[in-house]
Amino acid sequence: MAGTWIFVEQRDGNIRKVTYEMLSEAKKFGDEVAAVVFGKGVEALAPEFAKYGADKVYVVEDDVFANYNTGAYVAQMVAMINEFKPNAVLFAHTFNGRDFGSRLAQKLQLGLATDAIAVELSAGKGLFTRAIYAGKALAKVEVAGEPVLGTIRPGVCEVGDVSGAGAVVKPAVAATAADVYQTVKSFVPTVSARPELTEADVVVSGGRGCKGPDGIKLVEQLADLLGAAVGGSRASIDSGWLGHELQVGQTGKVVNPNLYVAAGISGAIQHLAGMSSSKFIAAINTDTEAPIFNVSDFGVVADLFKVIPTLVSELKK
Amino acid sequence: MKVLVCVKQTFDTEAKIELKDGKIADAGINLIINPYDEVAVEGAIQLKEKGVAKEIVVVAAGSDKAMDAIRTALAMGADRGVLVQQDTAADEFARAVALADAIKAENPDIVLAGHVAADDGSSQVPTRVAEILGFPHINVITSIEVAGGKATCSSEADGGTQVTEVSLPAVISSQVSWNEPRYPSMKGIMAAKKKPVATVAAAAADNKVKIVEFSMPPAKAAGIKIEDEPEVCATKLAEWMKNTVKVELK
Ligand SMILES: Cc1cc2nc3c(=O)[nH]c(=O)nc-3n(C[C@H](O)[C@H](O)[C@H](O)COP(=O)(O)OP(=O)(O)OC[C@H]3O[C@@H](n4cnc5c(N)ncnc54)[C@H](O)[C@@H]3O)c2cc1C
Ligand SMILES: Cc1cc2nc3c(=O)[nH]c(=O)nc-3n(C[C@H](O)[C@H](O)[C@H](O)COP(=O)(O)OP(=O)(O)OC[C@H]3O[C@@H](n4cnc5c(N)ncnc54)[C@H](O)[C@@H]3O)c2cc1C
Repeated sequence: MAGTWIFVEQRDGNIRKVTYEMLSEAKKFGDEVAAVVFGKGVEALAPEFAKYGADKVYVVEDDVFANYNTGAYVAQMVAMINEFKPNAVLFAHTFNGRDFGSRLAQKLQLGLATDAIAVELSAGKGLFTRAIYAGKALAKVEVAGEPVLGTIRPGVCEVGDVSGAGAVVKPAVAATAADVYQTVKSFVPTVSARPELTEADVVVSGGRGCKGPDGIKLVEQLADLLGAAVGGSRASIDSGWLGHELQVGQTGKVVNPNLYVAAGISGAIQHLAGMSSSKFIAAINTDTEAPIFNVSDFGVVADLFKVIPTLVSELKK
Repeated sequence: MKVLVCVKQTFDTEAKIELKDGKIADAGINLIINPYDEVAVEGAIQLKEKGVAKEIVVVAAGSDKAMDAIRTALAMGADRGVLVQQDTAADEFARAVALADAIKAENPDIVLAGHVAADDGSSQVPTRVAEILGFPHINVITSIEVAGGKATCSSEADGGTQVTEVSLPAVISSQVSWNEPRYPSMKGIMAAKKKPVATVAAAAADNKVKIVEFSMPPAKAAGIKIEDEPEVCATKLAEWMKNTVKVELK
């Protein structure tokens, strides 16, 4: 096989964890694993990828790649695929990754499996497991092609104890400013000291049972003790207690943390769609019949306003 | 200016999913317009109310059942519809080819879509359509300004808000927080019945991907549930977090 390429998700040199997850996962298939990074001043990142399994690191530096833009990135990737002929190219299923994957696949007239929760690669073929109907069913799809293309859901693959030589390869720059058709006017990062929802190891979410900003404060207090991201059900987002980007569920974010804590959330099917694949789930709810208990590993039937303060002090012990 | 909206008929988000003969059973399932597409339709109507759009055309690809999604959009306020008749077992590539073909015939200035379908959830179709048409695209938008032959949109990106500008014609896909879709009024529903809907055959395209199998997710083992005084509950939960989950404190 001619290698599995992992497209590096980074912004201003900050690499998203899913990149490492994909590098480690790709290593399982025995083929050479390469990280592919486009940007400006990104060569210094190469040793990072070696630590997580990259045998090779393709580095392409140019002003035109300073920020992700579909046109230039696709043009560059097409040229590199033609030159190096990788067996598979995987992207993270993120705002940029799915955009890149979809436009590239169409340009190459190829299939693409998106938002995969499991992947098996062999020569000229990829088997991807996708969660469909918001996780209520699974579909295994076969993508054949040169290369095999897919996007992987963040948080589903484990970062392994693997490493690679990380030999740097510098392909020719094949894109110019003429390839750019989107002008990014601004990018305003969400100001938060907390980790991002889709990247966090622990997520603490609050629902209507929080009853207002005071209840949400308790959720935040627990989250900060655990170094967690804060999330919410649609009820708490619609009530204006939390920003929309923090909604977990079918029409919000899909999260896969090690621990998900649902406080005052009933567990509507659309909410479960966004969190039921978390490794451990804890629920705090006054209603013993609440459906959230059907998916939780540890549930307590109690008032969150009384439970969370004690929980915080017990954890600190 | 002509605005075209791609609408997909999807399973109700409440629907219980079961397998029958190895396939997803669709008997008795309530179908709805994809929630993201409803938002896109609302966005188009608001552009018309602002005087930016003159005509709103909705396009759906699929079986005759997709007609309901078109009628819903017409009842909300879209002007006419196009049903692209296509085998339901079309993949994202074949869907995009069929939609792009129908869209090209309409020659719109803006193509709106949802950024993801709530059922199959591939988030591919709008971007593929843009590539076929040679249009720029912006995904996951929460606002749009149209002026001087350009669209400027805010998008919910990972870790922040991105503002992107593209020249028209362009493909633009919605995030649900863009707007609050209106309910069709009685008058709108009546009017929708008289609005024209053309039926066209899908452009031929072979699938690129193959579904190997459908399955149900593994059932989760029953968890622990404690009903006791809040303090007892909290103490036991803390122990579980420390000993089983092995949480680390900040
Ligand atoms: C098309 C569509 C898409 C949707 N997408 C999403 C989505 O992405 N995400 C999402 O979350 N929802 C989504 N929803 C909404 C979803 O159906 C539910 O309405 C929503 O999740 C309910 O939020 P909740 O659990 O916070 O509120 P509720 O269902 O009202 O539950 C509140 C819970 O708090 C408990 N409670 C009350 N007081 C206390 C207390 N003092 N201590 C502890 N517990 C307490 C109650 O027992 C109850 O179980 C969607 C709906 C539709 C139709
Ligand atoms: C081999 C194969 C067989 C399949 N067989 C079936 C089947 O038998 N039955 C079935 O229901 N599905 C089937 N599917 C799923 C079907 O391919 C998808 O519905 C389709 O590819 C679109 O992907 P998506 O729904 O995930 O769209 P996304 O890319 O997530 O949709 C984003 C947006 O694109 C637009 N859009 C998407 N689809 C349409 C459409 N049809 N009309 C108008 N606008 C649209 C909407 O605006 C939507 O919000 C099959 C898929 C594969 C790969």
